[in-house]
Amino acid sequence: MSDLIEVRDLGKTYRKATGFFNHKEIIALQGVSFRLQAGETLAVVGETGSGKSTLAKLLVGIEQPDQGEIWYAGHQINCNQYRKTNQFIRYIFQDAARSLNPNQKIAEILHAVLRYSTVLSFSQREQKISQTLRLLGLLNEHANYYPHMFSGGQLQRVALARALILDPKVLILDEALTALDPSLRAQIVNLLLELQQNTGIAYLLITNQLRLVRHFADHTLVLHRGQCLDYGPTAQVFASPQHDYSRKLINSAQY
Amino acid sequence: MQLLDIRNLTLELETPDGIVRAVDRVNLSLREGEIRGLVGESGSGKSLIAKAIMGVLHQRWHISADRFSWCGEDLLRLPYQRQREIISRDIAMIYQEPSRSMDPTAPIGEQLAESVPDHLVEGVSWWQRGFFRRKRAINLLHKVGIRDHQSVLNSYPYQLSEGVCQKISIAMAIAKAPKLLIADEPTTALESTTQAQLFRLLASFNQLKGTSILLISHELETVARNTDTLSVLYCGQLVEAGDTAELLKNPRHHYTDALIRSVPEFQPELAFKQQLYALHGSIPTLQHLPIGCRLGPRCPNARKECVKTPQLERQQNHFYSCHFPLQRSADDE
Ligand code: SF4
Repeated sequence: MSDLIEVRDLGKTYRKATGFFNHKEIIALQGVSFRLQAGETLAVVGETGSGKSTLAKLLVGIEQPDQGEIWYAGHQINCNQYRKTNQFIRYIFQDAARSLNPNQKIAEILHAVLRYSTVLSFSQREQKISQTLRLLGLLNEHANYYPHMFSGGQLQRVALARALILDPKVLILDEALTALDPSLRAQIVNLLLELQQNTGIAYLLITNQLRLVRHFADHTLVLHRGQCLDYGPTAQVFASPQHDYSRKLINSAQY
Repeated sequence: MQLLDIRNLTLELETPDGIVRAVDRVNLSLREGEIRGLVGESGSGKSLIAKAIMGVLHQRWHISADRFSWCGEDLLRLPYQRQREIISRDIAMIYQEPSRSMDPTAPIGEQLAESVPDHLVEGVSWWQRGFFRRKRAINLLHKVGIRDHQSVLNSYPYQLSEGVCQKISIAMAIAKAPKLLIADEPTTALESTTQAQLFRLLASFNQLKGTSILLISHELETVARNTDTLSVLYCGQLVEAGDTAELLKNPRHHYTDALIRSVPEFQPELAFKQQLYALHGSIPTLQHLPIGCRLGPRCPNARKECVKTPQLERQQNHFYSCHFPLQRSADDE
């Protein structure tokens, strides 16, 4: 099977105690299914509370699903196999600056990632680090910098380096493009597109804005209150959305 | 009528490493009833300019301008007290994160009632004033499209969504019927469906009341769709200004051109997943600003002359500051 990720009927319910014996159930995600192939991008679009962050958490294994199955390249993932899956799927956050430890040099941050997940020796790790930095248009010397010595654009590259150093097959971009300045965003988008062409990495773009989705994503999935409303090729979803909510969302981005 | 007319506004900050000129001789003008966009990336000084207009800059900033007139009065020459009076009467501002710009410890109703200016309450006898203010508050909520006023009035900011909070902060802003509303990234924190609503709301106030709006944002797309005129800033310099449609069609400055070309929506010929147009390099920090045209190190067309700051040139209503401007497209000549 060539599917990198296959998700079948995924569901997650949070329970919230509302007294000694009572509790309220909040359905965060219900019956979501999709597939992601190598070299493709899937955009998950939805507002706050639509369950898109829950979906991301389930995929990287921070939370466990109550329902449904997640398959990575033909293997079912069931419990906390973080060490195994993090070479397969990586996550990058909205705010690059705040997700890096200010007390560690870039080299230390990257070494730690490699030490945790691989069995490479020190010199192999050094080599890998300089390779990755160059791939992202940074210099070898940057390894000895602290995060505050970088500009915003370079920080985003460092965050990408940390995600890509394990050569993942899938990268989750959680609003990672939304808050960037336009000229910087164009640079990062170009970088990601180039990477996809060269290595066949798949992206899962999680966003609440439709900007760039049309240019960037092969497939689009619209989430609303934990339910999947529209799912299909991006052009098709944009041209003929099946649900009122998706239509409203798409119109609002164009008005 | 010309509401706001600023010529050569310069904002400087003294630091241990010397004087930093964060805003360098920027012109900005607004007519009555105009919606102007102010576009710039981080570090472009767009929020500083807004603060300078509101008169809330920190004392350490040194403000100078050849002209800083509001309705014909030069604000910088007026005594501080008078300056405050004029600004608080005529100008209102809404912020990027509405829930953070409100008092978290007081219910919305109280805050809204407080924003009703005193001169409206003057004719009312003192025992009726509370009631009157509350009635105004409800009225204001209806104006910004909140029907269910009872529950909103009794809520605290944290209980409401960002979208509703932003509507409330607009309600507070229009309570005094300002002549100018400054909106600093008003929709960045909102969902895309709410964003559309909010822009419609702002447009309707502009139409009905003739309120001028200064819309500040880093996204060219949002600003382009909702404004009549546009000023583009880069690193504290005004690079281009003019009518929005004209500017988008015929950018003369290389920075504006790059901004427009980096947005896939403006590029119908761009193939799916094709590389976007991007300037190389990144925005310089305030401590390391290049001399002359600040775009110099990143500009694809920079030459020797660019180390001298270009003057603002004018062609009808279109202003740009570049030594080697882009040519107009042929069919317009
Ligand atoms: S003045 Fe020179 S550096 Fe500045 S935009 Fe024009 S050509 Fe480029």
